[in-house]
Amino acid sequence: MQIGKKYSKKKHSANLIIGLVITSTMLFLIILGFFYTPYDPTKMDSSAKLAAPSLSHLMGCDNFGRDIFSRVLKGMGNTFIIAFATVVIGVVSGIIIGAVTGYFGGWLDEVVMRINDVVFAFPSILLALVFISLFGTGKYNVVLALGIAFVPSFARIVRGEFIKYREMDYVKSARLAGVPHMRIIFVHILPNTMTVLLSSIMIGFNNAVLAEAGMSYLGIGVQPPDASLGSMLSEAQGYLFSAPNYAVFTGLMIILLVLGFSLLADGLKN
Amino acid sequence: MTKREHTKPKVLFVSMLLTLTIALGGCAGDKADGDSTQNATVSTDESSESAQTQAQTEAQPTTDDADSQITIGIPQDLNSLDPNLANGSGTQEILFNIYEGLYKPDSDGNLNPAVASGYTMSEDGLVYTFTLRDGIKFHNGNPVTVADVKYSIEKCAGLNGGEPVISAFSNIASVETPDDKTIVVTLKEASSVFIAICATIEAAIVPADVADLETNPVGTGPYKFVSRSLQENVVLERFDDYWGEPAHIKTVNLKVLADADAIVMNLEGGAVDMVARVTTAQATELGDNFNILEGTMNLVQGMYLNNDVEPFDNELVRQALSYAVNKQEILDFVSDGKGTPVGSSMFPTFGKYYMEELNDVYATDVEKAKELLAEAGYADGFEFTAKVPSNYQQHIDTAQVLAEQYKAIGVTMNIELIEWETWLSDVYGARDFEATVVGVDASTLTAGAMLSRFQSTASNNFTNYNNPDYDAAYKNALSAEAVLDDDLATEYYKECEKILTDTAANVYIQDLCELVAISKKYAGYEFYPLYIQDFSKLYAVE
Repeated sequence: MQIGKKYSKKKHSANLIIGLVITSTMLFLIILGFFYTPYDPTKMDSSAKLAAPSLSHLMGCDNFGRDIFSRVLKGMGNTFIIAFATVVIGVVSGIIIGAVTGYFGGWLDEVVMRINDVVFAFPSILLALVFISLFGTGKYNVVLALGIAFVPSFARIVRGEFIKYREMDYVKSARLAGVPHMRIIFVHILPNTMTVLLSSIMIGFNNAVLAEAGMSYLGIGVQPPDASLGSMLSEAQGYLFSAPNYAVFTGLMIILLVLGFSLLADGLKN
Repeated sequence: MTKREHTKPKVLFVSMLLTLTIALGGCAGDKADGDSTQNATVSTDESSESAQTQAQTEAQPTTDDADSQITIGIPQDLNSLDPNLANGSGTQEILFNIYEGLYKPDSDGNLNPAVASGYTMSEDGLVYTFTLRDGIKFHNGNPVTVADVKYSIEKCAGLNGGEPVISAFSNIASVETPDDKTIVVTLKEASSVFIAICATIEAAIVPADVADLETNPVGTGPYKFVSRSLQENVVLERFDDYWGEPAHIKTVNLKVLADADAIVMNLEGGAVDMVARVTTAQATELGDNFNILEGTMNLVQGMYLNNDVEPFDNELVRQALSYAVNKQEILDFVSDGKGTPVGSSMFPTFGKYYMEELNDVYATDVEKAKELLAEAGYADGFEFTAKVPSNYQQHIDTAQVLAEQYKAIGVTMNIELIEWETWLSDVYGARDFEATVVGVDASTLTAGAMLSRFQSTASNNFTNYNNPDYDAAYKNALSAEAVLDDDLATEYYKECEKILTDTAANVYIQDLCELVAISKKYAGYEFYPLYIQDFSKLYAVE
């Protein structure tokens, strides 16, 4: 028992460290991409069409002779911003809906949560696709669409936590002492839900990265010539045999981005 | 603790999914390949290494194998199976196999008798007397009667109460059937293009007693319709009672590949045997199992501008956009230099109507473009959005190169990828767009097919081009005088082309090279001077 416990503890800190290293590296690259890329990510060069990786082009060039590394930096930035904005929309709305329904309960809870269930029943990508077909393609619509699709899962988690805490003695006594509901919700209970919320935010972020990649892969997210990891992967698919480096590097970046946050979430929980 | 166990497989799952997607794509294809090899033996012909294979034309068609089949990838679903409702060349090129008019074009550009076996024309050019082909049958087994022909032509001409389906057919005064072999069509004015219009898909001869061609398409072509599932596939089968040379392959499966990126995967995996328009990049991806045939697409690819929308209502702006473009660079990026630059709404196959000298009117000149923009009041450039159909990789690629080239003159071109159906309804139908990158093709080899759409009153004038000089020149080309004097008509048509170029109606770019990827198990593909896919000539190779 003792040994097992020690072992698992050690493993967790290893997860945390690896996750931290990967995530901070990726974040560094993303921030770097905002200010500096080795080449203009949309600059075409007919002499470098599908060039192999070399010192001047670390990851090679795409079919327009554009530097893949520069596009990956830019693309990660786009993917990250979309995923981040998606999670912010999902989390903020999710907290408000979940906290209010969970805390007050009653018919409001019933009605809102059934609506929530209906939205939840749709796969989030499908739901987002419906939004896109209504409002058109593009970066901001994808953020909105994915954001709304992500609300139900966060709302559910927060609500569950609030139901757990609302019957606790400290909440009851606060209520008896006449503390306003809003204060109880946001100051007394909400901080306690943070552990659970934090890890679901991490997982949500990962799902958002993959969802954005999926949407852009389908051609409805970031529009060309702007890059995102998903749209790049989609373009790379056509050159899988002649320039595998295009797909491999792009795919690798998605994996690292997701893996880093997953490990981090896993490590943080303990 | 339980939560932790929950998330870790998730990490693995996610990364495995990514790798699996690629592997699975391959598997699905292999399976389909296995199925099709049962029906057609794999070619042993290894001799042809070059991209342009001539060798296959020497191979002999196999006997009409009872259950030979081919799966052909098409870039979009057919928007209608009714020849009168079908618009979009991607649909019409397929319907060519199902329907026939009184005449039909062949791969050399000649017009040959089809439902009719011949015609005579009166001296004043007003009365055409067609003879119905003997023993010709519809796909439903019924013989074609003169009543069917009368019904079809009158429907197209709007003589039975409706709107004319073909605007050129509003020229028809009457259709008579004196006996059960003869159809007499009387025109209001003599026309040099009447027979050519009779050879279009819209002018197909259809049975008078079949009400809904949309769900039950019946024609006289070499293939008959079997089934269709929307956005997925259309199945055609050889029509054994065909009047002419029957098709070789029994079953033609048309598979919708709406995702341009999926083409190589589908071909390599064996899920489809042929795709008519692949990019050079896709062609180089394909392995030894495919022959790549090279022709031209017979269209004018360009950035079509909505001439009603600011700033494209300003001729100077349109000219600036034309000067800023480097067509050769587009050709280099999009198709490794293949293709033919064009300068107006006319492509080289048209021969006498094509004006090569217009290609250089807007030779790339960035400084000049900037000056023109400044003169137009856009010294700091402007921003616009081009709607590009997402199923045509060539157009997407061209749009990306254009966007890059326009940066040099300070113009920001945003690209919005839209589905083909959305393109048809929003851009072509509702004209709700600023700019779009597409190809415009011709349904007949008559100059009007490329030029009539730019008349200010034309119903298909989707660019809202409005120029009185153009309208006058086009009208002259159709005048009685010009109908009788072909050289004069040609002069007027050329004047039209020149006006389009001088006013920079649109940014005309190129006639794209057409690369056909076809599995070495099949041969016989023929290029047409029009936007047509003829499946009846294809055959399986032993």
